[in-house]
Parts: sequence; C-alpha cells; structure tokens
Amino acid sequence: MIASEPSRSPLLSIRDLTVQFPTRREPFTAVRDAALTVQPGQIHGLVGESGAGKSTVGAAVMGLLEGRGRITGGTIDLEGDRISGTDEAAMRAIRGRRVSMIFQDPLTSLNPLFTVGEQLVETIATHLDLGGGAARRRAVELLDRVGIPSPETRIDQYPHQFSGGMRQRVVIALALCSEPEVIIADEPTTALDVSIQAQILDLIKDLAVERQVGVILITHDMGVIAETTDRVTVMYAGEVVETGPTSEVLGNPRHDYTKSLIAAVPRADRKIGRFPQISYGGRETRFRIEDLARNWPRRPAPEGPLLQVRQISKTFVERGSLIPSRRRHFTAVDRVSFEIRPGEVFGLVGESGSGKSTIARMIAKLYATDGGDIVFDDITVSRASAAQMTRYRQQIQMIFQDPFSSLNPRHRVGAIVAEPALHMGVIPKNEIKDRVGELLDRIGIGADAGDKYPHQFSGGQRQRIAIARALATQPRFLICDEPTSALDVSIQAQILNILKDLQKHLGLTMLFISHDLPVIRHMCDRIGVLKGGKLVEVAEADTLFEAPRHAYTKELLSLMPKTDLLTDQELAAE
Amino acid sequence: MEAVKRALDSDLAYRFRKSPVAMVAACVVVLLIGGAVFAPLLTTQNPFDPASLNLMNGFSEPMQPNRFTGETFLLGTDDQGRDVFATILYGMRISLFVGFSAVIFAMVLGVTLGLISGYVGGRTDTVIMRIADVQLTFPAILVALLIFGIAKGITPVGRRDEVAIWVLIIAIGLSEWVQFARVVRGATLVEKGKEYVQAARLIGRSPLAIMVRHILPNTLSPVLVIATISLALAIIAEATLSFLGVGAPPTQPSLGTLIRIGQEFLFSGEWWILFFPALTLLALALSVNLLGDWLRDALNPKLQ
Repeated sequence: MIASEPSRSPLLSIRDLTVQFPTRREPFTAVRDAALTVQPGQIHGLVGESGAGKSTVGAAVMGLLEGRGRITGGTIDLEGDRISGTDEAAMRAIRGRRVSMIFQDPLTSLNPLFTVGEQLVETIATHLDLGGGAARRRAVELLDRVGIPSPETRIDQYPHQFSGGMRQRVVIALALCSEPEVIIADEPTTALDVSIQAQILDLIKDLAVERQVGVILITHDMGVIAETTDRVTVMYAGEVVETGPTSEVLGNPRHDYTKSLIAAVPRADRKIGRFPQISYGGRETRFRIEDLARNWPRRPAPEGPLLQVRQISKTFVERGSLIPSRRRHFTAVDRVSFEIRPGEVFGLVGESGSGKSTIARMIAKLYATDGGDIVFDDITVSRASAAQMTRYRQQIQMIFQDPFSSLNPRHRVGAIVAEPALHMGVIPKNEIKDRVGELLDRIGIGADAGDKYPHQFSGGQRQRIAIARALATQPRFLICDEPTSALDVSIQAQILNILKDLQKHLGLTMLFISHDLPVIRHMCDRIGVLKGGKLVEVAEADTLFEAPRHAYTKELLSLMPKTDLLTDQELAAE
Repeated sequence: MEAVKRALDSDLAYRFRKSPVAMVAACVVVLLIGGAVFAPLLTTQNPFDPASLNLMNGFSEPMQPNRFTGETFLLGTDDQGRDVFATILYGMRISLFVGFSAVIFAMVLGVTLGLISGYVGGRTDTVIMRIADVQLTFPAILVALLIFGIAKGITPVGRRDEVAIWVLIIAIGLSEWVQFARVVRGATLVEKGKEYVQAARLIGRSPLAIMVRHILPNTLSPVLVIATISLALAIIAEATLSFLGVGAPPTQPSLGTLIRIGQEFLFSGEWWILFFPALTLLALALSVNLLGDWLRDALNPKLQ
C-alpha cells in the first residue's frame, strides 16, 4: 500500500474490457475493448459524452454493473490480483475495501437516517477491524482531513445538517475509510456550484498524492479534466478513442473525435463567432438558415430598445399561514431593470437561486409580476388590450432547458410544432402540415419527423424540435432559459450555432439565460449579472469579462475552470 | 395491419408474452366475458324465461340424468329446474355490465375531479380532496348501502326493480372514484411542473385545453391500472350487495344473487347451486386482479 516511489507496474490495469447488457433482441455492448491503467497517486480522467460507456467502466471495476450487465471479455487487475470474473463473495472483499467510489449526488449517497459518524464508524469497523473508540477517532481524523471544520462536534450530525459541498466532503471521507488503493469518482462535482466544485477537485488532487491512491475521475467536463487529471482517456460510443498524458491529449489531440470534442468547448478567454464544424460519427445535421430567412417577415425595428424591463419584482410565499405575522416571503427578483436592443443577445448570468429563470418567466407571462412593468415595442404589458396580448404572445417565444420535459410525450412532433401557430392563427389549418414539414426540414431533422413521437429523438434533436416550435409563430423575441445545460458539449455547440444563426439571419432578439460563463460569453452581446434577485452589473460582454467592476462578478469569473490547456482547434479548422 | 404489427412488437406485448400468470389470467377473463356475451348461443334455455323451464328438472345433480325427465345438465339445476350453467352465463352478464359501468362512472368522475384538483390547486383542491378523505373513512360497501337506501326511498315501489341496476352502478361508482381522483391529482401535479405545460401556457392556451389535451393523456397509464383493479372490486362489491339482497333483483339475478339463492340449499346437499356461481365469481375477480397487478408492473419500468 505504501508506495513512496511510483512503481513501474500499474496499480490498476484494465485490458480489452467488454461489457454487455442483454436486451430483447441482441445484447447491447456498452463498453468494447476498453483499456486503461492507473498508477498510484495518479488521477486518470475518463471523459466522454452521455452513453459513451465511461460510467460503465467504473461500475465494472467496482463490480456494481446495473441490472443484468456482464463483463463478457477482457480483464481487470488490481496490483496483480485479477478482480474480473471473480464471484460475488470475492468481489465483496475488494469492493469498498481496496476500491471505493465517490458518487455524483452527495444527497443520495449518504443515508439520511444515520449520523455521519455512525456511517463512518460502521465502514471503518467493517474494513479495518478496529474497535468502536479507535474507529471513532479515525473517523474524526478523516473528517478533519477532508476539511470539515470542528469535526468532533459535526461527526454526530445528520447528513441534512451539512451543505452540498460539505456533504460531498463527507462522502470522500467515507471513501477513504477503508484505505483503498483505487478510488472511482463518478462525476463528483457535477451536482455542485462552481465555487464548491473547485474546492472538491483540489481536495481529490491532494489526497491522491498524499495517500498514493489511484483515482479514476469520470466526467463529461473538459474543464475539470484539464484542471485535475494527469492522464486522460477519451471514450466514444463504448470505445476508447485516445489515451495519454492530459496535456498531450488536450494540447495535441490526434483522434478526430477528441478534436471535435475540444473544439466544441466554449471558451471564456476569447469570443469566437461560431463553433467550427468538426463533426464526428455523422451526427452533424444540416441546418438551412438561408431557406428559413427567405420567407421570414421583415419588420421595422423600433428606434429605441425592443424590450424594456422596468423595476420588476417577484415575491413567493415561503410559508403560508392564517396569521399575517407568521407568513414568510422570499423575494426572488428585486426591482430589476434592463433594456434589450433590437437584434442583440442579452445574457443573464448568476448562480442557482439568483432569480434569472423567474425573470424569464415573468417576461413570458408565466408568472405575474409583483410590481414594475414590461414594455415590448409599443405594448405596455400592464395596460395591454386583449389583442395586444395576443400579439405579444406571438412575438415572444421561449426555448426551455430540458428537451425531455418540454415536449409532450403523447403528442406527435408535427402536432407539437403546429400547436402555437395554429392556436394563434398564424398559419391557416390547410397549410399547417406543409409548413411544419418545411420548418422541421430546415431545422435539420427532416420533414418526415412530424409523424414520430418525441421519445424517438435524441436530446439534441429534441432541442431542435423545441426551436422549430418557437419559430413556428415567426417571433421577434426569443427567451432561451438554459437551452443547452442538459446537453452534451458537442450537441451544445450545434444548438448554440443555430441560435447564433437565428440572431444573424432572422434578426431575432434574444434573452439568453445561463449559469455557464463561457457559454454566456460566446452567445451574448451584453450581459447582466444577477445575485440574490438583484442585478449587480450590466456591461458589454468583452468589458464584463476583461474588466469586471462589481466584486461578485470578479468572484464568479475567478471560479471558472481554466481551459488554457485546450488547443485552438477553431484556428486549425478555419 | 401496420398498427397491429407495431402493437404486437411493443414492449407491453413482449412483457405479456413473458408472463405466464398474465396469459392464464387473460385467457380466463376472455373465456368468461365471451361466455357472458354469447350466452344465448351457448345455452339451450333462457333461465329467466319461465316458459322455457320445467319444474320436473329441479335439483338435477351435475352430469347426472334427472330422475324424472332423464335430461342431463352439465352443472346441474336449481329448485326451479334452471340450468346452473345457463344462470351463471346470464348472471355474469349482469355482473359484468354493472362492474364495467360502475368503473367507467367512477373513472370519469374521479379523473375529472383529480385533474381539476391538481391543476387548479388552492381552495378547489382542498375542498375536493377533503371530500375524498371523508369518503375514504366509510367502507365502500357502506357508501353503496347508503346510496341504495336513499334511492329506494325516492323511487316508486313499482319501478324499483327497473332502476335497481342503475342504482347499483351509481352506488359502486361513487364509492370508487376517490382512488382515481388521488392518482390523477398526483400525476397532474407532476406533469404541471413540466416544461411542455409551460410551453402551452406561454402561447396562451386555456386551462381547459391544457388539462384535456396536454395533461390528461400523460396521466392515463396509472388510471388504466386502477381501472382494472377497480373492475375486480366493483364485481365483488356488486356480488356483496346482491348477496345482501339490496342489489340485482331476483328477476335479473347476478352472480351475487345466484350465490344468495344457492346458499339456501347448501346444507340440504344441493351444493352445486352455490358452488359453481361462487367459483365463477372467484375466477373472474382473481383473474382481473392478476391482470391489473401485471399491468401495474409492466407499466412501471422501475420494477423490471
């Protein structure tokens, strides 16, 4: 266990690993011939998009494959001991003791009914053969090591008394209980805010060196890979496409897929017009903006701003009560004002709970405002007639965050796209089928998609359908509420390109909401920063990133993952 | 043709083929319903047409020639000479009609109230759900008895037999709507938060259109499960009421009425008059229940 100098033979070596899941028809191969090695004290990144098989590799090492998944080929060796193909009893001796795991969601990986101490002591007693007192002392030490303040008192608290970041620290302490040789961290920071993400990654980095533990860090985030790992393995569709030292793979990728993946990462350090079209695996589908632009109505832009938000507020009831003094309110948005000029993309950025989605929903008329007013072109919302409201609804459309929840699963795609246009009478009934087919074709998913149901499409395709639905009423203003945060990075690049094209060729004005600073920089002309329901700063995108004025903006910017290691793929592509 | 092919290839059909219990239960249900529907073709006598009966045939044992007439009846006859096999098929018609109608009534009522409760929320929700809570504190059979009593009080004596069936349907339906309402309300609360509902609100669709066109179709799979299980409950409830003498009248006997008639003869040795209707009721309720259980599992991917 104590390997002061890195030995030549790897700690963990996976060779030709193939994992299959039986299905109704033929077995589904989740991982095919994967190979990777981990040295003591090294962090090995495993990166890929959803469905690439990266979590399956982790689960195979742990012997925790879901359902009826089975290792059908290859070997996994832990310091010369074969751990693949062993029976459940032998696996139990290894799992948790020699290999342990850190899961994505700290909320569900701790048992809410036991104190943190009870959970730690139980694990230590099981694995290390220590008595109650010694195990408890050990647990306090571990909590102290992972950075829990005053561990002697906090050890007797329940998981719900810890914040998300602290909870993940406890999970890490739990993973260290058995003094494992290998730790598998499956998206350990995905559920956390940026500021906490940085701390947790630092902790994992320190622990790996200090205890000479080999770490497999599974993530979809290139920034995390660049910042944390020593070596990286890139997976695509169950296969390893490239592996090597992190700086080499990110700085000089050889495989086309790695190149396309790196090119699709939004950069905070520099603004680029479009993501380069490096497609891999034939997933790029053509988006024909020129055809769409030809039939788009040209409307005269107003002299001043297209949308003015004046001092709007929103208060939610946190706790209702019959007695007024006992009611508690929560101000989600506090007197926010901004203007959006015709043809520009205005960004709103902030952490979760900062009120950015609430503002979007107030503009979309999904929430009523508690004071303040919204003026769109010549329509003042608080004094608008019914006819004006219909016009308002037709000209303002919205694209939602989760394409799996924004399309009604029981409706055909054609009906979904047609609904707004039909309801508003923008397109006559006898033309609707043709027009919807045309729109679906232009957006890049084919005219025949109208007869299918949403579940037959991937996340990226579904977000295209959502865009087609928003475009069907020929709006002038588009609200994009985190439109890509549920998507893989290469799909995100495609969707962001489409949105950019809509702005450029159709002259659409947009409100773009995101928690992701690089994405915001890429998309927006001007940016507003929200904190606790208040707008703290509004500036041109370049000004905001290069010379932030407000302290909170500076803090946000400093927490972004560094992407300096990434190559300038877009230059190579152009 | 294409649609049939797709249906046979669906996951549900696949799971059905993989479940022997569901297949046996479905066979029993189809056989029993088929028997009830085609009763006139399968039997030689209409047991409720006095002209086709022969009192001499009374108390024939199953599969034994009658002492006086020499006729043989598969499941024997009762005191009036009615063929038990025929009474079962005709009785099932009443039982199934009452069961299906009561479930449809409960479903329409429960789904409507559940949708409104979940979507509108606030006071409306509180009122509807409190009524449901109060209703749940009474046993279903008590609610049915109560409604039955009220109906009996307000209908003229001569028409009681005619309306009895409809009173049964309403009584059983009213005692079972709560389950539908609760499940649909829960599902509506979940669906209401989804972005497709917001997308519909964004374009200004009316609450009614959103409830009916968008939310309702997404709440139907649990409703289907409850409807199946409720069918079994409704058939049993009908039998219980009829057994107690407050259900189907003797002129239109259901399985429950047959069991009540049969139990009078149990201790004098004519066991078959009770035994076969009871066995049929058991088979019907059990099979429908098993189908409902299977359906619940098959529609819930988490249990796979």
